Amino acid sequence: ALNPAGTGAARVNGLWWLLFWTSVAVFAEVMALLAWALVFRRGAARVRHGQPLRFVVILGAGLPFVILVAVYGVALRDLAALGAGPGRDPLTVEVIGHQWWWEVRYAGRSGATANEIHIPVGERVKVRLRTDDVLHSFWVPQLMPKTDLISGETRETWLEARQAGSYRGQCAEYCGTQHAHMAFLVVAQPRADFDAFLTRLDAPARAPQTDAERRGQQAFVQGTCAACHTVRGTGAQGRVGPDLSNVGSRWSIGAGAVPNDAGHLGGWIANSQSVKPGNAMPPQPVDAARLPDLIAYLRSLE
Amino acid sequence: MTDRGGAVAAATGAEALSTELPVGRPTSWWGMVMFVATEATLFACLLGSYFYLRFQYGPQWPPPGIEDPKLLKPLVMTAILLPSSLPVMWAEHGIRHGQRWRLNLGMAATFVMGTSFLVLQGTEYDEKLHMFTLTSNAYGSLFFVITGFHGLHVLVGLSMIGWLLVASLRGGSFGAHRHDRVRNVAIYWHFVDTVWVAILFTIYLSPRL
Amino acid sequence: MSTTTSTAGGIDRDDLARLAEHWDEPRSLRAWFTTVDHKKIGRRYLVTAGFFFALAGLSALVMRTQLARPEAGVLSPDEYNQLFTMHGTAMIFLFATPMLFGFGNFLVPLMIGSRDMAFPRLNAFGYWVFLFAGLFMWASLPFGAAPNNGWFAYAPLNQEQHNPGLHMDVYALGLLFLGISTTSGAINFIVTALKLRAPGMSLNRVPLFVWAIVATAFMVVFALPALNADNAMLFLDRRFGTHFFDPGGGGNVLLWQHLFWIFGHPDVYIIVMPGLGIVSAVLPAFTRRGVVGYPLIVLAIVAISIVSFGVWVHHMFATGLPQLSYSFFSAASTIITIPSGIQIFAWLATMLLGRLVLRTPLLFVIGFIVTFVLGGFTGAMFALTPFDQQVTDSYFVVAHFHYVLLGGALFPILAGIYYWLPKITGRMYHEGLARWAFWLFFIGMHVTFFPMHLIGLFGMPRRVYTYRGGLGWDVGNLISTIGAYLLAVSLLLTLIGVVHAVRRGRPAPADPWEGDTLEWSAASPPEPYNFPVIPRVHSLHPTWDERTAESTTTGATEDRILSEGRRTLFTSELDARSERAAEMPEPSFKPLVLAGALLVFFISMLLAWYPIAIAAVVTVAATLAAWLWPVRRPDEELGVAS
Ligand code: HEA
Ligand code: HEA
Ligand code: HEC
Ligand code: CUA
Ligand SMILES: [Cu+2]
Repeated sequence: ALNPAGTGAARVNGLWWLLFWTSVAVFAEVMALLAWALVFRRGAARVRHGQPLRFVVILGAGLPFVILVAVYGVALRDLAALGAGPGRDPLTVEVIGHQWWWEVRYAGRSGATANEIHIPVGERVKVRLRTDDVLHSFWVPQLMPKTDLISGETRETWLEARQAGSYRGQCAEYCGTQHAHMAFLVVAQPRADFDAFLTRLDAPARAPQTDAERRGQQAFVQGTCAACHTVRGTGAQGRVGPDLSNVGSRWSIGAGAVPNDAGHLGGWIANSQSVKPGNAMPPQPVDAARLPDLIAYLRSLE
Repeated sequence: MTDRGGAVAAATGAEALSTELPVGRPTSWWGMVMFVATEATLFACLLGSYFYLRFQYGPQWPPPGIEDPKLLKPLVMTAILLPSSLPVMWAEHGIRHGQRWRLNLGMAATFVMGTSFLVLQGTEYDEKLHMFTLTSNAYGSLFFVITGFHGLHVLVGLSMIGWLLVASLRGGSFGAHRHDRVRNVAIYWHFVDTVWVAILFTIYLSPRL
Repeated sequence: MSTTTSTAGGIDRDDLARLAEHWDEPRSLRAWFTTVDHKKIGRRYLVTAGFFFALAGLSALVMRTQLARPEAGVLSPDEYNQLFTMHGTAMIFLFATPMLFGFGNFLVPLMIGSRDMAFPRLNAFGYWVFLFAGLFMWASLPFGAAPNNGWFAYAPLNQEQHNPGLHMDVYALGLLFLGISTTSGAINFIVTALKLRAPGMSLNRVPLFVWAIVATAFMVVFALPALNADNAMLFLDRRFGTHFFDPGGGGNVLLWQHLFWIFGHPDVYIIVMPGLGIVSAVLPAFTRRGVVGYPLIVLAIVAISIVSFGVWVHHMFATGLPQLSYSFFSAASTIITIPSGIQIFAWLATMLLGRLVLRTPLLFVIGFIVTFVLGGFTGAMFALTPFDQQVTDSYFVVAHFHYVLLGGALFPILAGIYYWLPKITGRMYHEGLARWAFWLFFIGMHVTFFPMHLIGLFGMPRRVYTYRGGLGWDVGNLISTIGAYLLAVSLLLTLIGVVHAVRRGRPAPADPWEGDTLEWSAASPPEPYNFPVIPRVHSLHPTWDERTAESTTTGATEDRILSEGRRTLFTSELDARSERAAEMPEPSFKPLVLAGALLVFFISMLLAWYPIAIAAVVTVAATLAAWLWPVRRPDEELGVAS
């Protein structure tokens, strides 16, 4: 949160440094008084004099009041700025929280992705937040403060990245066993790249090219996987787990649980419970001989 | 308890110490008042939850499929429960003057009225259960939990009154100098009554507003 | 024996003998279970809360071990989630409040010059319920059935459908059970402070600690029902299929949050307020003067108790409520810092104008100021909505509340332990050992919790059982874990110090610190009847005041000796004029039986043995009826008209 890369986070960053330096000043005052007492007021004689009420009221109430009114004013301004939203007809991303992964859809596009949100750099993108089960919270420290996902309701926030790059985000509301592994990545890219990404979302997934990939696809579509996962353009249309149409190019497996490489993918498919205990994907009865094909196929989906 | 001025001197005299004339508010009075305060807050929370859920729910309340509550029976119940505080007051005044028969009679009357209230509430439930139950939806949960919780309080109040009555009939329990428990039961009963008005308004009248 | 039992004045040996006869409880097993003595009950509260603290603290130690490095495997996620929930729940409900109630129980009657609490049997009952409820909750841990949804247990994760098993039933029932104890204790404090003050202790002479306890008790009376309503609805949702928190059935998940925080925010002041009271009580002895600004502090206490009910939404700044309500609750939360500021500066002024005697209790008070002010500042930062939306639910919040909780409750509690140990046990502690404990605690506290600010700002969310390396959180977490071990060592030293004092400590005089409040005019440890003569109070600092002292020696009068029977004095609510002597109840088994029946009730509700639950309710009612059954008296004594 201290190295903001987005408009929202930058605002809050300014507020933070204001609050920080004010606190340092007031703390120094308190410490100075305390030190004074400790150094100059030792002894044992009973003392009677003095009820410096004015001292107490001015330093304990008056000064803080002035400071608080000032920072409250600044904060109100920032609150309004954060609430201002993305303006008319913005690009809208729909994010749906699941225990424990994020479903990502774009308004007007049929495809979906998971745990990875692409946005065009420099534009304000509206984010609509829903949850499929319990509360979650949408937080991208470098871009934008939190907004909770409330069961039975819809919430909105927005993202605006000032520089291209990838920004880590994660669930910030405790949501059960694997709340720890419910991260995602916001990828801010130039408009052209972003448009290309959107176009791919509507097209069928990359077709298998090698024999291994073809066998993998077959295993996927005819095996248990298709019951829960979608790969566009194939018979796999499950909606329980993440859409895997572009899983090969994603930053991680299991919402940030492990890096996305062949080894971890194999481990995940064989028994995701050892990778991310408690997650909603049961261990799969995949034939050991088929596993490399399956991995090859999934890695090829970009 | 109004002779405050003389009370101090009298209370510190040796005589007062041995006869224990009640002077000032007894601790049990404060205890009961604080207990009622916390209970009242509990009811406030439940009724607050009712309004919160109602206004979050949407325009139609009660939810589709449930008609607005009928008023006749609850009004009759009110007409029974509210006046049931009167015999309690009368009984309390009686015992303060050492008239045990008033205590007995008043408590018995209230006991009968409170019981009738509960019986009516039973028939009311019977009717409602044909329409919705505790588990049909949030409205049903609110209805039965709030009225049921109040009914439970009536039951507790009735137990207290019954207990008083038994203690009083045994003899040797209450009199002009010892009626703290009567007063405390009375406070509780008035509270149970008053809360009913808030419930009547919330559950029965507010959906019609 | 007591130093005040001079026989020169109105009190003589016979009085003392009679007092001893009426108040002594024999040392027997029976007496152990039946006692109604507020001092014994207070001690039990302290020890039991200390035990639960050790359990919760050791849980934290295990958690910190798991978090010391990324992707450690010390705990499984389910174990971690139960541990952090039990840690938070136990620290808040089973340690902080009961510990401070323990001090209140022991001290309030002594400070106001009374011989017991207003309702001694209720007091005993409250203790047993607290003990049973605490054991009820902790016992679930070895079965792997402990609460696992965080201490504020948000809906809908607390619902059967998302969280099967007994976890959240234990939570709901345990807290309802415990609530009985807290409520009865609070009412007892209020009535005691209103009616049992020594004659002459008008409201403007009530010690600040007692003010703090009473304000706390009032907050309990009005805040706890919200939690109880919440938990009752939760249990009904889980067990009986109601839909309060189920959006599918017309319920609303945010209702849980509102009710929880309507309780929860006042609750944090319920925790800190008695702590601040301890600070006000400790300072006079070690600054050699009364606390500056008594009326201002009382005003601040009252203001905090009231305003604390109007800020709860600041825990919900990220839930997307309307901005207007955010600006209101943000303003209220900002304003509530001011009464705290007044108190801090009143204490600073006291120290600046007094003469400091640097003994361990004062050290802890100084530690309190440093720590609490830092925690308060981060609180004031969260009061500003935009900032809170950024750091809420991150380790920055964890840092805030440990700074205020350890600063505002634990430092004062430790100050209080050292300060009143002579009074409670009749023994002095070992100063050298105590200083070691202080320094380790102070350093450990900041080493543990300061880095959490940073890792929070670097984006680490709270309530994660592990984290990936390389995100900038590794070093901070490691330091924090080291700090936690320092804290453990320091608390172990404290424990050793207490045991050492009890076993080997020098016998303590009645007034080792020259404190200003009445407990120091009783013996160390106090006689069962506290005061041979109930003092007549003439000032805010009765122990420093000669006229008050005189009222218990040469000026003792019959109406304040009250040696005929087990008696204490009732006075008027505002100006504490004598009203009447009151007979106090004898020891009894009934409180224990009642609490036991409730325990049976809650266990059988948990395990769905409903017939047994009904039997338990009947037992409860019968015990209550017997408890309050009036003694039979002749008609003329009752005043019955013939
Ligand atoms: C002892 C307990 C205690 C105390 C005393 C406080 C005190 C305060 N707290 Fe804290 N708080 C908690 C315990 C406590 N808190 C807990 C347990 C949580 C987290 C719950 C959870 O999520 O698990 C929490 C969370 C919490 C939040 C929500 C954070 C979040 O979840 O996002 C907020 C937001 O406003 C807040 C605010 C405050 C404020 C304004 C104060 C003020 O009262 C502080 C006032 C004190 C001072 C400010 C210092 C002294 C003053 C001066 C020296 C004068 C000068 C001061 C200024 C100029 C500012 N607290
Ligand atoms: C008064 C309250 C209190 C206290 C004192 C503490 C004390 C400590 N707390 Fe905790 N904490 C909370 C209240 C408190 N906490 C709350 C409310 C939460 C939120 C929970 C939630 O999110 O739901 C929390 C959460 C919390 C977390 C975050 C968990 C997460 O979000 O994942 C962490 C992590 O480090 C932590 C650590 C610690 C540590 C190291 C201590 C140390 O100070 C502990 C030191 C104590 C010991 C090590 C015990 C030593 C004892 C002995 C050696 C024997 C002595 C015996 C006797 C005295 C009889 N606490
Ligand atoms: C019962 C439903 C179910 C079945 C069957 C299932 N999955 Fe999954 N899968 C899930 C869920 C739910 C997740 C998300 C888990 C999480 O991250 O918490 C997931 C995640 C994944 C991921 C990681 C996706 C990401 O972006 O992080 C991969 C890869 C995957 N599954 C592959 C497979 C393969 C291959 C099969 C068949 C052999 C399969 N799944 C069968 C439910 C299922
Ligand atoms: Cu989703 Cu935490
Ligand atoms: Cu708060």
